[in-house]
Amino acid sequence: MEALSAALGLVATGDPKLLGIVALSLSVSLSAVIIAAIAGLPVGALIAVGRFPGRQTLTVIVNGFMGLPAVVVGLLVYLLLSRAGPLGALGILFTPTAMVIAQAVLVMPLLAALTRQVVEDAWRQYEEQLHSLGATTIQATATLLWDTRHSLFTVLLAGFGRTIAEVGAVMIVGGNIDGVTRVMTTTIALETSKGDLPLALSLGLILVTLVLAINALAYVTREWAQRRFG
Amino acid sequence: MTDPSGTKLLRRILLAALSCALISVAQAADSFITVASTTSTEQSGLFGFLLPAFEKQSGIAVHVVALGTGQALDVARRGDADVVFVHDPAAEQKFLAEGQGVVRQEVMYNDFVLIGPKDDPAQIGGGKDILPALRKIEAAHAPFVSRGDRSGTNAAELRLWKAAGIDIDKAKGSWYRDTGSGMGPSLNTAAAMNAYLISDRGTWLNFKNRQNLVILVQGDNRLFNQYGVMLVNPAKHPNVKQEAGQKFIDWLVSPVGQKVISDYKIGGEQLFFPNAKR
Amino acid sequence: METMFPLSLAGVGFAPGGTPVLQGVTLDIGQHSRIVILGANGAGKSVLIRLMHGLIKPSAGSIRWAGSDARPSAQALVFQRPVMLRRSALANVAYGLKLDGTPRPERQRRAETALARVGLAHLAHRPARVLSGGEQQRVALARAWALEPRILFLDEPTASLDPNAAAAVERIIRDIHGAGTSIVMSTHNLGQARRLADEIIFLHRGRVAERTPAALFFQQPQSAEADDFLKGELP
Repeated sequence: MEALSAALGLVATGDPKLLGIVALSLSVSLSAVIIAAIAGLPVGALIAVGRFPGRQTLTVIVNGFMGLPAVVVGLLVYLLLSRAGPLGALGILFTPTAMVIAQAVLVMPLLAALTRQVVEDAWRQYEEQLHSLGATTIQATATLLWDTRHSLFTVLLAGFGRTIAEVGAVMIVGGNIDGVTRVMTTTIALETSKGDLPLALSLGLILVTLVLAINALAYVTREWAQRRFG
Repeated sequence: MTDPSGTKLLRRILLAALSCALISVAQAADSFITVASTTSTEQSGLFGFLLPAFEKQSGIAVHVVALGTGQALDVARRGDADVVFVHDPAAEQKFLAEGQGVVRQEVMYNDFVLIGPKDDPAQIGGGKDILPALRKIEAAHAPFVSRGDRSGTNAAELRLWKAAGIDIDKAKGSWYRDTGSGMGPSLNTAAAMNAYLISDRGTWLNFKNRQNLVILVQGDNRLFNQYGVMLVNPAKHPNVKQEAGQKFIDWLVSPVGQKVISDYKIGGEQLFFPNAKR
Repeated sequence: METMFPLSLAGVGFAPGGTPVLQGVTLDIGQHSRIVILGANGAGKSVLIRLMHGLIKPSAGSIRWAGSDARPSAQALVFQRPVMLRRSALANVAYGLKLDGTPRPERQRRAETALARVGLAHLAHRPARVLSGGEQQRVALARAWALEPRILFLDEPTASLDPNAAAAVERIIRDIHGAGTSIVMSTHNLGQARRLADEIIFLHRGRVAERTPAALFFQQPQSAEADDFLKGELP
């Protein structure tokens, strides 16, 4: 209760530093999800629709990578972006861009796997009709992606929920630099380290509220789309 | 294609996200240096006090990545930092010997303290002699928390066990808890399990979740904790921002920088004592 | 244009996983036909329609159009349960035209015409999935019709509809045939078969038991199996 009122107080004061942290969290996660979606949605849909060699293997890989630990992704991206690594020349380690990359890699398999499920269900329903109309695999994939857009929106929100609550990867590649790469989760980790548990808890409550709001949005979207488009 | 409002919304979200990403990239492109430092300097709140003064004067932003000393030096070895600011003289000398750093300059010191539960199950009874205190903890097998993360504090702790004549690798049992984490998390662990541990004074003073923990031993010369700063060798890592990095180092050891360090206090208590050689 | 017919099946069999569903089907379908396929459940009606339309490949025999192996595109299939895309009724009709390669302005015009022909112009901009079952089936018919197929296959198109909706669908099928399209449909509804068929193909356990002009079939079926079927089915 104390933490809750402290959290409300934090938000109410409109502390620009706190707002900056929240804004960075949102923009990093949102960018990561959008980038991951550009690759993940078509890949998931193609696995669902396509009949190509290695499809089973790809499905297993995508499903397996869904559970990839964030710290492992963080470490891999760190080694990639480090000056001593293959992409070191870009000089983007310890920047928000690095965090976006790590989170995009992290959430891509999740988006692809969930998309595969959604599109596969729709494909079972549509397959004969689309074949009858002469749709190619690519055309069918595009049609299914568009037709399942409301479900896919909730898929994106699920991905967003994972990235915004994630700490391991952003900590490693972002470095938790004050005012530059410090996001909500790394702030919570830092405040916990400093033993300031009430502040950490308040920030945690803000994060939980955000995630809840996102899920509520997902739910409302689904319901609305069901009524509107059937 | 047939639901224009949906497409428009999607496009708007895309644009917003892209511009967010671009803005953050643009910010990162401003003049800044990256300093690999330790959790003690960050978590004690020193940097929050020190850096604004330097940034204001120089126009150079300092991005601090706070890790244990060992990790901080590793980050610099990969060329991912311009300056290292750490507290493990032995490890720093090794770093220099590898040609990774240019020169090491001493900046400030504080001290380590032995923290433990108020009721003192190992019967240390205060004082300033750290070695007998450690021997008592070992003899009583009283719970002891170790950082275990190659940090400066961890290195100091291991040195102290050795000086006390205890081969900790052999002596460690279930009483010796290796947390493999930073100073703060280790303090949280010790607070939760009423254990002893070695902490730097700065982090301890800024630590809020103390529960039953108090300082038991302090003031021993062996508990001296020296901080040093080095520019990462530009000859080895061409991307190192030599000029800006050197500016930061020069400022730290300058009278102005040294004064700011001594001005940092928590509850009236000074945390770090400047001792740069002029 | 005229080279599409006849559709010739020679010794066609279909046996997924080795279990024969259809065997030794040999028949020709000419232009202007109006054929209803009858048979008990599991006789192979849906499979035969899917084979002719080209949705599935036969495991034996050959299916040729005017002697050629190429599958002509001027054909369509309407399913028992219409598959509506999550977009407007009009867009559903236009979608078929888009896949068929019709340029955009013409697509719009033809889709509107097709919807008007099935009496749904007033629902053109409604999301298709919230329409009633009968309306959805009419959108499916419009989608098929807009393609101007030379032959239209229908797989029990009224099986899930109430009598009023079914009557509307029958009217549309008659209109499509009247406009010059061959019709091949399956049904369970003997009354519907009487009303719509010129010829009956009767399937029994995956084989063609007989093919008879509709009037004769209902008076005097040529096969014992059809005779039993009609006796069992008719009151």
